Amino acid sequence: MNKNVKFKTITIDKPLKLDCGETINNFNLAYETYGILNEKKDNAILVFHALTGDQFVSGINPITKKDGWWSYAVGPDKAIDTNKYFIICANVIGGCMGSFGPSDTDPKTNKVYGTNFPVITINDMVNAQFNLLNFFNIQKLFAVMGGSMGGMQVLQFVSNFPDKAKIAIPIACTSSHSAQNIAFNELGRQSIMADSNWLNGDYSNQNNNPDKGLSVARMAAHITYLSKNGLQEKFGRKLQERDDLKFSFDADFQIESYLRYQGSVFVDRFDANSYLYITRAMDYFDLAKKYNGNLSKAFEKTKTRFLVVSFTSDWLYPTSENKEIVIALNAIGADVGFVEIDSDKGHDSFLLNVPKFLETLKGYINTSYLKN
Amino acid sequence: MKLEFKIIADLIEKNTRVLDVGCGDGTLMEFLRDNKKIDVRGIEISQNNVQKCIGKGLTVIEGDAEKDLSQFPDASFDFVILSQTLQAFLNPEKVISELLRVGKKAIVTIPNFGYWKVRLHLLIKGTMPITRTLPDEWFNTPNIHMCTIKDFFNFCYSRKINLYKSIALQNLKSSEINKSNLKFKNLSAVLGIFLIEK
Repeated sequence: MNKNVKFKTITIDKPLKLDCGETINNFNLAYETYGILNEKKDNAILVFHALTGDQFVSGINPITKKDGWWSYAVGPDKAIDTNKYFIICANVIGGCMGSFGPSDTDPKTNKVYGTNFPVITINDMVNAQFNLLNFFNIQKLFAVMGGSMGGMQVLQFVSNFPDKAKIAIPIACTSSHSAQNIAFNELGRQSIMADSNWLNGDYSNQNNNPDKGLSVARMAAHITYLSKNGLQEKFGRKLQERDDLKFSFDADFQIESYLRYQGSVFVDRFDANSYLYITRAMDYFDLAKKYNGNLSKAFEKTKTRFLVVSFTSDWLYPTSENKEIVIALNAIGADVGFVEIDSDKGHDSFLLNVPKFLETLKGYINTSYLKN
Repeated sequence: MKLEFKIIADLIEKNTRVLDVGCGDGTLMEFLRDNKKIDVRGIEISQNNVQKCIGKGLTVIEGDAEKDLSQFPDASFDFVILSQTLQAFLNPEKVISELLRVGKKAIVTIPNFGYWKVRLHLLIKGTMPITRTLPDEWFNTPNIHMCTIKDFFNFCYSRKINLYKSIALQNLKSSEINKSNLKFKNLSAVLGIFLIEK
């Protein structure tokens, strides 16, 4: 997967003890940066990506040849202004864009890890990425931010490192994966595992990848990122390049064709085993578990300022779950702002051109940077 | 900034923690933050206003004071401000008790329904009064629990709420209200500003 592109990577030589008990050594983190780190080194923003994101936040992604996943938000004069800030983003461990993941070769066996890769967690991802501060010689980040699984990493980061970020912006996320979240992820995993090419994860030496399974997983997940109104408005019952129904199982409807397309392009850039591992990490995420369900305790020591953002039509990580984070922070007198942005674009709103969201984000970031 | 906000700001000591309930577009919050080094938070029901506040770097949460004050711990703020919104709540009594739970002190301002122009409007015209501070018609006003300065005095007395300071506002003049001038101030004031404590 993606072997032809050379990624920027650092090798972390500090051993990392994973939540599963295993310790990893000399593992790679692939990263990208945007903008310039100033002399005071106080303008660094660590962006965390979502489930299928990667380190290519802005500009052109060399794999997909399309715009980076957060191009609407990150760039010169944009909400996260690359003229002012130094933005760092790394591919999560477990991923397939150059960071330590299941498509890597296990040096002990000389075989691709596949499902012999250790089960990783959001906590592991964050601890691995914390090494980036050391690498760039940054004492304290200006900001940590991210949407969806990226938001979960933001919460975990502040909990683990309470004095390492001035502001934190978790967007459209949750502090604990709900039964519905787990259910959808399980649907995706079972779809991959049901593909006869999956071979218990040992497909790297075969000519065929479990593309059908991965593509169905992506199709199902994609529906959860959109809203009913958004879908209805964009597609309705419109037919795909035909005047009438064909009385067959072709993609008669535009929505069918759209989903099939989303599935087919996804398999070109994503590894099925990575999909299993990363969704598992999300399902295991429950920040309050360690504190007997008291989420406030996860943030007790922090002085970081929070801005929590949710979207009206996001039913995957709804406003109510984002608000639980706000309530937990207010309970300990933490500095937390919260806004629910009106958008019919569903969970994906944070990735899209939603001017109200981008303006609010821009104002908050710029004024927070100037504030001591 | 309007006189009401200046008076509120004067009631608040420097380097304190303040919650502005119904903070609007954050004008008062900005003033407190920039001029009095106050750690100020806001809660606001209008999404549009919340976006404005956050855009200014203010710490504001979108929420309904009637439900969302409950998430703040007891005495977590030195002052809680409620500017001209008490009359819009379904249950003002509960809101006041929440303000006094969350804040060590509270500053409440009310448009005075006892103002002579309001009384005269009803007396002469026989229709619901419309004034500069009460611009809406009876059918579209958010103000469902109007009261007078005297009503608020009586309320505090019956609930054993300590009225620390009471200020009457009349156009560009402000003056202190006490028991002896209450009757007159209740007639002449457009707005009442109260610093209260449980």
